[in-house]
Formats: sequence, structure tokens, C-alpha cells
Amino acid sequence: MELHDVWFVLIAVLWTGYFFLEGFDFGIGVLTKLLARDRTEKRVLINTIGPVWDGNEVWLLSAGGATFAAFPEWYATLFSGFYLPLLLILVCLILRGVAFEYRAKRPEEQWQRNWENAIFWTSLLPAFLWGVAFGNIVRGVKIDRNFEYVGSLGDLLNPYAVLGGLVTLTLFTFHGAVFAALKTLGDIRERARKLALRLGVVTAGLALVFLLWTQVENGDGKSLVALVVAVAALVAAIAANQAGREGWAFGLSGLTIIAAVAMLFLTLFPNVMPSSLNDEWSLTVTNASSSPYTLKIMTWCAVIATPVVMLYQGWTYWVFRKRIGTQHIADAVH
Amino acid sequence: MELALAPETIARWQFGITTVYHFLFVPLTISLAALTAGLQTAWVRTEKEKYLRATKFWGKLFLINIAMGVVTGIVQEFQFGMNWSDYSRFVGDVFGAPLAFEALIAFFFESTFIGLWIFGWDKLPKKIHLACIWMVSIGTLLSAYFILAANSWMQHPVGYRINEQKGRAELTDFWLVLTQNTALNQVFHSFSAAFLTGGAFMVGIAAFHLMRKKHIPVMRTSLRLGLVTMAVGGLLTAISGDTLGKVMYEQQPMKMAAAEALWDGEEPAPFSVFAYGDVDKGHNTVALEIPGLLSFLAHSDFDSYVPGINDTNKAEQEKFGPGDYKPIVPVAYWGFRWMIGFGMASFSLGLLGLWLTRKRFLLPAVQRTGEDEVPHLVLFKKPLGSRLTRLYWLLAVWTMAFPLIANGWGWIFTEMGRQPWVVYGVMQTRDAVSPGVSQTEMIISLTVLTTIYAILAVVEVKLLAKYIKAGPPELTEADLNPPTKIGGDPRDADKPMAFSY
Repeated sequence: MELHDVWFVLIAVLWTGYFFLEGFDFGIGVLTKLLARDRTEKRVLINTIGPVWDGNEVWLLSAGGATFAAFPEWYATLFSGFYLPLLLILVCLILRGVAFEYRAKRPEEQWQRNWENAIFWTSLLPAFLWGVAFGNIVRGVKIDRNFEYVGSLGDLLNPYAVLGGLVTLTLFTFHGAVFAALKTLGDIRERARKLALRLGVVTAGLALVFLLWTQVENGDGKSLVALVVAVAALVAAIAANQAGREGWAFGLSGLTIIAAVAMLFLTLFPNVMPSSLNDEWSLTVTNASSSPYTLKIMTWCAVIATPVVMLYQGWTYWVFRKRIGTQHIADAVH
Repeated sequence: MELALAPETIARWQFGITTVYHFLFVPLTISLAALTAGLQTAWVRTEKEKYLRATKFWGKLFLINIAMGVVTGIVQEFQFGMNWSDYSRFVGDVFGAPLAFEALIAFFFESTFIGLWIFGWDKLPKKIHLACIWMVSIGTLLSAYFILAANSWMQHPVGYRINEQKGRAELTDFWLVLTQNTALNQVFHSFSAAFLTGGAFMVGIAAFHLMRKKHIPVMRTSLRLGLVTMAVGGLLTAISGDTLGKVMYEQQPMKMAAAEALWDGEEPAPFSVFAYGDVDKGHNTVALEIPGLLSFLAHSDFDSYVPGINDTNKAEQEKFGPGDYKPIVPVAYWGFRWMIGFGMASFSLGLLGLWLTRKRFLLPAVQRTGEDEVPHLVLFKKPLGSRLTRLYWLLAVWTMAFPLIANGWGWIFTEMGRQPWVVYGVMQTRDAVSPGVSQTEMIISLTVLTTIYAILAVVEVKLLAKYIKAGPPELTEADLNPPTKIGGDPRDADKPMAFSY
């Protein structure tokens, strides 16, 4: 395995970490409208991710920065090609971060409601758009001989990619509901479990179609294994949720995300961004990657830093392991 | 296509606006993290309540500020690829590495420990909670270091070779990129300016409260801490600015000639205090100068030769081929002056304040005040009258923004002064822009980001004002009895969280 292959795996790991962690953050954001009955319940949900959402989001920045360093051509084509959808994601992430921090800092009803609406929409839109983006990456887009994206915005909204977006949206919301059941107390915990069942069934239907479609178009033996794991984990997660095994349910919904992302990257390899115009023009791990020297330095950094990051982020989850109920939400001091 | 709306121009405006805006928050974040950590350390060591109240007060302002710094930073990570794809393709092998290091090492650190600090008051024992804010502080410094190393490479590319076959720059010596003198000087200069900024912020707000005789013990302590930070930060900013300037005279003579509007080389070269130039004809029509000073700034003596804009332009034409290698001279010239002017005005005010509020042994016995009294401002033997005292407090409040203005102009100067290059001597800005992104897309992006930034600026400033006016919070029972176990004490299971969103 050469260094650029290692880096393909590492980029996949960073995206997986991002979707696993920010997946339930996005889900929680969406659930503030689907699950919470009043403001206190909204705050219970938001506070389950309060100490961790910022650290979770760094997985995205790392995926972006690492792609820049390890696969400059991929970074350049992807970010300039998917320009407007990425801009929309950026806008959402800007508003979402501010919304979490600022929502409770003023007592006015209008102020709090505006930021609550912001939390919902800025969680829902990226959860959908990341699926659309990855659907398009896997399917292949119009890339010319100079590695420039020459398609239109409309080309990105094809049925396969939109289905991918619906899968990530529902899967993340399911993941969030399972997380909410694991992290809350009282009435909302029960309702989170009930909602998780319904979300799980919808997710399973959509994910099965999307992953099978992917398998038929681009799959091989390995991706089939990942597909089976993803679907089995999702079914098991729904079952564990029904049995009231919340820890298991969360682990399994996480495994679903891991296996699904793995499947997408497996079907992609050795391409990183296939061209739908001409196979010769596809970006691959060889023609898009950095020099061996840069990859070597980056490998050292990633191999040392990533486990350390996982350790102290893991520790954070342990520190904030206690469930949160409405009794833990104080009236804000202004 | 109108030149004013060429994609290159729009992309440059976006980069300029988003970066200067982002950098309003960065220096405050860097310095307030460390200052808050220092105050919390004082609380843990002395158990004096004023330190805890100060920690909570400045910590809250720090958090309102860092939220903006974090979210505007995301744009920075993405926009190289979005607007500058040819740049990214050409330099990614070199420039991407420090950015990835920044994310993997610094961002994770900063973002994870900030969560622990915000929500950890009732979950972590005192010393571990204190360690978290120091981790955040280290994270902010590391982050700034990596990004400044990346920028330094654009100012003075080292440790790379050009791969003709792939048509790109490739890294050959990462250690050199991280430790070249441009990087070290830029880091020194930016860090010290960051502390000048934070110090001025603290002094301004403390002055606001002391003028109204409110929250005196906390604000008295904050005032002194802020003044010392301003004086030390300001002095180091001046020293590092001088050494960075000398490095720049070696590495980018054009930038420094433009900073002086020195059209033709002179020996000895004067420092320009005021000038009005005719850019097309390449000379100044009005000029007020201090003889010899520029030679000193460039080479530490008063009589050596300093090359001018016209000479350097000719030299670069010989080296790089025909073309115009001049930056926009008035922007460089005035940017340089605003940077120094606002920065040093702030530094002077800090020095003055430090003298006026000097400690016991330098102060006549009758002028000494207790911990819960507003300090007398004493110039020599007698305190200043109430009018002059008020004037000083007002000046301190109004000049809070001076270092922010200086920082902004500093970046505008150093980036615009490097033009037409994006990587000095290696790649021109016009070749860096994304060829596949349309003018319309870029206009949408510029408009959307600028609008959101403007709205958020209003929201942020209003929120800061609200919490500044509210002053330091009263302490609760829980504040004074932090948990002894990680995760909080089990008997507090149903207590409300000390902090919740």
C-alpha cells in the first residue's frame, strides 16, 4: 500500500468521524422541532451536544485541510466545482455555531425563537447537502481534461444524489434520536425512542435503495460486504432501540454510518472524483495526490495526532456522561 | 467584462473582507484566552473572590468573541478551494500541510477543551477545569503559529522546488517552512499585537466601569492587568515590527519601498511622515520627511542606500519578464502608517496609564487607595483633577478599537504590498483564481458572506455591550464549592447545570 492509498483511507476516516459525530449533532438540531414540545425540552436536546458539537465539527475542518494537503487537485476540483452548495453549507455552519452560543444570551422571545429556527434549518440543510455532495462524488460529475468541473448546478441535483441527501438526512436524524434517548431523562427519552423507531424504518427503506443502487452501478465484492454490514447494523440498531438497549442502539446506528461511508469510499477507490465525461479525466489517488515527502510528513502527523484527539474527545464524553432532563435546565440568568 | 468585476477582483475582495473580519476576532481570542487563564490561575492559587468574578466576566466576553472567530474561520479553510482553485492546485503540496497540521493539532485542542471549560464548572475539579482553559490558550497560539507559517511561505517561499512536469510547487523541507525567519518574525509580531489588542480591550472596559465607580475591586485588578499587557505587548509589537520590517527589506524590497512611497532609491533614505504622490508619473508631489530614518529602519544605520519603487520595478522586470510589479502605492503607504499610528497610539496610552496608576512604592503615601476604591491617577505628586481623570478614562474607552484597526491595516498592508504576487516571485494573483467559477457565483458568494458578516457584527457588538454593562456576575454557592470528582458529585444529580445553552 502506497502513501497515497494510506491517505485515501485517512481521508475516509476523517469523513467517517465527521459524519458519525456531527451526524447526531445535526440530528439533534432537526429534532428540536420534531421531538421537543416546549422550550425547556429544546434546551434539553441542545445541551446534550452543548459541550461537544464544536469539537465534532473540527472533523470536517480536518477532512478539508487534509484533503488540501494530501490531494490538492481533489480539494481544488471539489470545492470550486460544488461552489454554491458548499457556500450554503458554509452559511449554515456559520449561523449554527453562533446560534448555539448566542441563543440563551438574551431573554427576548423573538431573539430566542430566531436562533431556534436557525438551529433547525442549519442542521437540516447540511445533513441533506452532504449526502447530495457524496452522491455526486461517487456517481461521477462532468470534469474536463483540466480537472475543472464543467457541469451546472442542476446537474448536481440528479435523482441519485438527491436520494443520497435524503439518506444522510434521515440517517442522521435517526442517529440523533437514538443519541437523544441515550442522553436524556424522563418523558422526552421515551418519546425519542418511539420517534427513533419511525425514523429508523424510513431510513432503512431509503438507505437500502440508495446503497443497492450504488452497488449495482459501481460496486464490487468489498463494497457488498460494507453494504450488508450497514443494512444489518441499521436493522439491529432499530431492534436494540425497541428493546430499550440505548447504548447498543447508538453504537449500531454509528456502525451504520461507518459502514455506509466505507462503502462509498470503497466504490470510489482508486478514483477520488471520477469524471462522467471521460475515464481518462477522472481524479485518482495517483494523479490528485501530493508528493511522497508531503504525504510522509502528513502521515506522521495524522498517525500521532488522530489517536490522541480520539482519546481526549472520548474523555470529554465521559466527563459529560450524565443524562440531562428538564430539571437540569436552569432559567437563564441575564 | 468590466475589469472592476473580473472574478479575480471579486475573489480578492471576498478574501480581503472575510480575512480582515476574521482577524478582528483572532487577536482578541488569543489574548483573552491567556488573560482569562491567568485570572483563573490567580483564583485557584489565592482563592480571592475578585479573581473568580473577573474570570467569569472576561471569560464570558471571550466566549462571545471566540464563537465568531470559530465560525468565520471555517470560511477560511474552504475558500482557497472555492475561489482560488488554481492556487490550491499549484501550492497545495506545500501550503496544505501547515493548514492540515493546524486542524489536526490546534483546532481539535481548542474546540474540545473550550467545550470542557464552558460546561465544566460543575463537572470538573478546580485544577482540571483550570487546565482546560490553558489548553484552549495553547490551542489558539498553535493555530496562529501554523497559519502564520503558511502565510510566511507566501511572503517568502522556502523549502520547496518546482515540479515542471506536474506544474506545481512541491515541499522539500517542512521544518524550514515552519522556522524560516519570516515565519518567526511574523509570529512574534502577531502574537505581541494580539496581546496589545487584548490589553487595550481590558483597559477600555475596566475604565468604563471605574469611571462610573462600579465593580471596583474586579475592575481595578483588570485595569492593572490590562495596562501591563498593553505596555509589554505594545513594546514587543514595536520591536518585532522593526525586525520584521528589516526582514521585509531583504525579502520584498518592493513592499517596503511602497510603504514609504519612496519612488527612487536614496542614500541616505528619509522616512516619510506625509506624502501625496502622482502614481502615474511615479513621484510624490508633496512630501514631509525625516532624513536618514528610513535607512535606519531598513539596515540599522543612518546612511545606507534604500532602493525605490522604480528601481525595484526595473529589477523585477529583468528577473521575471515584462510587466508591472508595483502594488497600489497609496494603499501600502497609508496602510503602513495606519498600522503603526493606531498601534503605537494605543501603546502610548497604555504606558501613560501604567505610570498614572503606578503601585505603592512609587506613589506618595497620601495618594494610595484601597482595593475597593477607584485608583487616583497621579502624574507627579498630585492626582489629576476630575476633568483630566475623566478624560483619561474616556480615552481608554474610545481607543479600545485602535489595535483592532492597526491589525486590520497591518494585514491589508502586508498582503496588498505583496501584489501582484500571491506567492512572492513564484505565482501571480491573477493566475491563482478558480477558472471554473463564474462571475455570478462569485458575486453571490461575496454578497451573501458580506451581508451575513455585517448582520453578525451588529448582533455581536450589541451582545458584548450588554454583557460589558452588566459587569461581573455575583458568585453563587456552587461557584465557590467546585466539585471534587470528575463528572460532578453524585449527590448533585438533580441540580440544574451550572451553565447551559
